[in-house]
Amino acid sequence: MSEVKFISPETIEQAVDAYSKSSKEGNTKILAGGTDLLVQIRSGISQPDTIIDIKNIKELKEISNDNGSYTIGAAVAGAVLDEEEDFGNNWPGVLEALKLIGSEQIQGRASLGGNLCNASPAGDSVPALIASGATVKIQGPEGERKMPIESFHVGPGKTNLKNGEIVVNFQFPKKQKHSGDAYLRMIPRTEMDIAVVGCAVNVTIENDKCVDARVALGAVAPTALLIEDASKALIGSNFEKKAVEKAALACEAACNPIDDKRGTISYRKKVSKVLFKRALEKAIERAKRG
Amino acid sequence: MNEMDNKWIGKNTIRPDGADKVTGRAEYGADTIMPGMIWGKVLRSPYPHATIKSINTKKAEELDGVFSVATSADCVDFPVDTPVILGIQDIRWMARNVLAKEKALFHGHPIAAVAARTEEIAEKACELIEVDYVVHPWAIEIDDAIKPDAPILHDFIKFDGKPSNIAGTLEHKKGNIEEGFKDADIIIEKEFETAAVHQGYLETHACLVSVSPDDRTTIWSSSQGQFMVRAMTSFITGIPQSSIRAIPAEIGGGFGGKTIVYLEPVATILSKKSGRPVKMVMTREEVMRASGPTSGSKSKVKIGAKNNGKITAAQGTFYLQAGAFPGAPIRGAAGCCLAPYDIPNAHTFGYDVVSNRSKVAAYRAPGAPIGAYAVECVLDEVAEALKMCPLEFRLKNAAKEGTKAVHGPTYPVMGYVETLEACLSHPHYKAPLKKLQGRGYASGFWFNAGGESSAQVNITEDGNVVVTTGHPDIGGSRASIANITAELLGIDVNRVSVLIGDTATIGFSNLTGGSRVLFASALVVTESTNQVIDILKDRASKIWNIDKEAIEWENGEARPAGDNAGKFKPLSLVELAEQATPTGGPIGAGHQVNTVGAEGGFATHICDVEVDIELGIARVIRYTAAQDVGKAIHPAYVEGQLQGGVVQGIGWALNEEYIYNKEGKLDNPGFLDYRIPVCSDLPMIDTILVEVPNPQHPQGVRGVGEVPIVPPLSAIANAIYNAIGTRFYSLPMSPPKVLEKISD
Ligand SMILES: Cc1cc2nc3c(=O)[nH]c(=O)nc-3n(C[C@H](O)[C@H](O)[C@H](O)COP(=O)(O)OP(=O)(O)OC[C@H]3O[C@@H](n4cnc5c(N)ncnc54)[C@H](O)[C@@H]3O)c2cc1C
Repeated sequence: MSEVKFISPETIEQAVDAYSKSSKEGNTKILAGGTDLLVQIRSGISQPDTIIDIKNIKELKEISNDNGSYTIGAAVAGAVLDEEEDFGNNWPGVLEALKLIGSEQIQGRASLGGNLCNASPAGDSVPALIASGATVKIQGPEGERKMPIESFHVGPGKTNLKNGEIVVNFQFPKKQKHSGDAYLRMIPRTEMDIAVVGCAVNVTIENDKCVDARVALGAVAPTALLIEDASKALIGSNFEKKAVEKAALACEAACNPIDDKRGTISYRKKVSKVLFKRALEKAIERAKRG
Repeated sequence: MNEMDNKWIGKNTIRPDGADKVTGRAEYGADTIMPGMIWGKVLRSPYPHATIKSINTKKAEELDGVFSVATSADCVDFPVDTPVILGIQDIRWMARNVLAKEKALFHGHPIAAVAARTEEIAEKACELIEVDYVVHPWAIEIDDAIKPDAPILHDFIKFDGKPSNIAGTLEHKKGNIEEGFKDADIIIEKEFETAAVHQGYLETHACLVSVSPDDRTTIWSSSQGQFMVRAMTSFITGIPQSSIRAIPAEIGGGFGGKTIVYLEPVATILSKKSGRPVKMVMTREEVMRASGPTSGSKSKVKIGAKNNGKITAAQGTFYLQAGAFPGAPIRGAAGCCLAPYDIPNAHTFGYDVVSNRSKVAAYRAPGAPIGAYAVECVLDEVAEALKMCPLEFRLKNAAKEGTKAVHGPTYPVMGYVETLEACLSHPHYKAPLKKLQGRGYASGFWFNAGGESSAQVNITEDGNVVVTTGHPDIGGSRASIANITAELLGIDVNRVSVLIGDTATIGFSNLTGGSRVLFASALVVTESTNQVIDILKDRASKIWNIDKEAIEWENGEARPAGDNAGKFKPLSLVELAEQATPTGGPIGAGHQVNTVGAEGGFATHICDVEVDIELGIARVIRYTAAQDVGKAIHPAYVEGQLQGGVVQGIGWALNEEYIYNKEGKLDNPGFLDYRIPVCSDLPMIDTILVEVPNPQHPQGVRGVGEVPIVPPLSAIANAIYNAIGTRFYSLPMSPPKVLEKISD
């Protein structure tokens, strides 16, 4: 790496403007916490000539709660969101997924926006964001648009962002009464590892019946997946064994993993069922509490 | 010395290197810089196996900012048919490992090196070097390397008269195994595999070398032996040892992996050719790809026993990967595996197998964990078949003083039985287990070693003490030497400062390895200190004008004794130092010798695991390591050695492995996918320090650093069996492997 231009805009408009212009001239990268980007630059995977730091843009660092609907800036660090007491009460699954990222040090920087835009199939917060039903707000030269998280990715490292577009924030639906979410991942170690399988579940219960359910899997396909067949199997059930088993099989069926050094196909398939059941149990417990 | 009266030996004194390390002041291999310094980088082979037809470095040399380029043509030529032995290494192989000569033998094998103004320029220049390769088929795994039509790495290596990748064998025999197996009521035979694992030291290899126009060479580097660095660099560059000064840095872990050189001779050649000091620092990826892991292995072990629990015969065959050049640690596998037992009939056999992997380097008790893994797992099965407690079964067959070991020696006083007894009476042995939890046991042995050591003990003008030894301190030798010196002199430990000399300031000392350093350096330091005490008594005798023999040294002062007792006021070390000049000059003494009398170490471990049978994850939840440590001079350091060895064994057993892809390249050259345990993976490792002093050592020291990595592989495998009733015969017992086997 030789010389790199570093820009630190204070408004989204400036950022989008600079991003779309410099992208035409060379390789430009957005920098949030940098916990992915800096590693990629050091290892030579990414060689930007312009870096745009978005951490000075107010809207991207904001956390707001509008009558139970949260909006979280794309560049808010894990540790900051962790201190926002009520967010964790509403979305414990999303918070626990975000908090699994890296270590204490990484938490001081790592953001939801970075985790999403890095587009690793194993990104931990992504399944939890999908299960929560959150949407992402994007701004680019053509203006603003919104997208559900599950539509955001195209493949490993690839997103639906167009030239000059940046992610501004995440908008969460109002949390339903008696709903709860949870995220679990399988790693060979206990921390500092990359998910072999990740699973998020978000359920809403009324009179012991499942009235809404969203299930998402990570690291088992080129992108994180919303498992709609699992939702179907659960909605209307009492979480009886048969329904849960059907949903677990839907998870397994949706898996389209690769055999690699981190796990075999058959291992990932088996584990997706197990994690689903465990995450479901945790989500139900939370839903019953709140 | 009555040990109850010890003031410093056996005390956890503050480590002399601690303050520098926790404040970031300690200077490691990569910390030294010099004016005019330039950077060296290595071009590495993109193929696992290829003949090097030519190397054209012209374009690299012409690149702006490049100062020099090195290839094997710049090294001393060591013909392949003439061994050049240095310790356990052969310089023929070492030279070719440092810079490939005829062939590239593994992906990542150094081909050439460049020194340039910056690392980036050096890297760019490496890309400009044109190498003409003829690519050959390759063999990575043992089975592929020993099959009949295997690609041959070295044409001149012959086995059974034919070119072969089997570079050597070693066997130990005792009694008659046919007869022994005939006597047995039960015989169990099993096959095992282990993956190659890396030492995982945090500090990557690094050095700075400055060669002056008259060839005087100074090397700053992190290694396990500054004299080893000097000798190997001298051999490979042709610069005489007297012209090379190797200065040891603090070392950020070695575990055996820094007992050979990778960068120093290359940086020396680059510096000599450029006239500039050259610095080289490996990346983690380079460390993983091209510095020594220890062998992967396959083995077969057969053990027979009578219904009364007596082992009648044992047989073991061990194939160990050597990497690209001969030298797998088969002695550790075949020699240590049966050492804890009194077995009348035994035969162990080791094969040294070369393949297209990076050359193995020593790793904590090299080879011994591999041998013990197979033997201790089979012993567990035999004990189960005999319905005996695995510890009682081992006790029944335990080697004792006077036992003739399968690997040769007749044992002197030793503490193996004591480790078994310590485990049997430890609360861990009886602690209840829950569902899916299990307990396993295993024992282990390591030879330990003596060898060359030098020391100098000097009294400063103000009456304090400076001790210099010649072995890099990796496991706490400075703290222990300070304890011993203070004890002998009867002074406060804080008045003793212990330093590691460089090759110009202290006599030859063999490298830090084989768990030898405290054994050896305590011997020479004790002798030197006793000489100093003798000189001090002599000085007092001059001052008092009485016979030296009539003086005692006690509590840090010379005291008149016998008839003269009480006649003079004692003279302290400070007072004697003040009067050093008029009484004869500086006070100090040194000693250098090839130390002998090192004795082996034995350990027994208890391990509890819990298995998540749905995910295939085995976690170690409790661990107790009992070991005969001889004498714990600094117990906290000894515990640290035991805990560290166990942790590395846990990694080896559960997750660590070299994974090669279809192109013959290592697929996980970093700590994300090469999984050493992190703190949260581990329970507190309890230790039981059994002290059966080595009678051949003034303080009773035995080596302690290597034995603790020997039992964990099998202790964990046995515990997993105890938890879920499935035996695993292949390491690592990683989640996908475990789940696959238990869902069958
Ligand atoms: C030691 C370590 C451990 C880790 N452990 C985990 C883990 O356990 N689980 C896990 O999922 N990840 C892990 N990571 C990866 C990383 O920390 C996470 O992906 C993190 O969420 C990235 O956030 P960031 O703000 O640092 O992103 P950055 O590195 O700043 O950005 C990541 C990518 O997204 C782009 N980007 C960032 N923000 C935006 C935006 N608003 N709009 C458009 N593009 C954007 C960047 O250009 C870049 O390409 C780990 C990383 C390290 C170094």
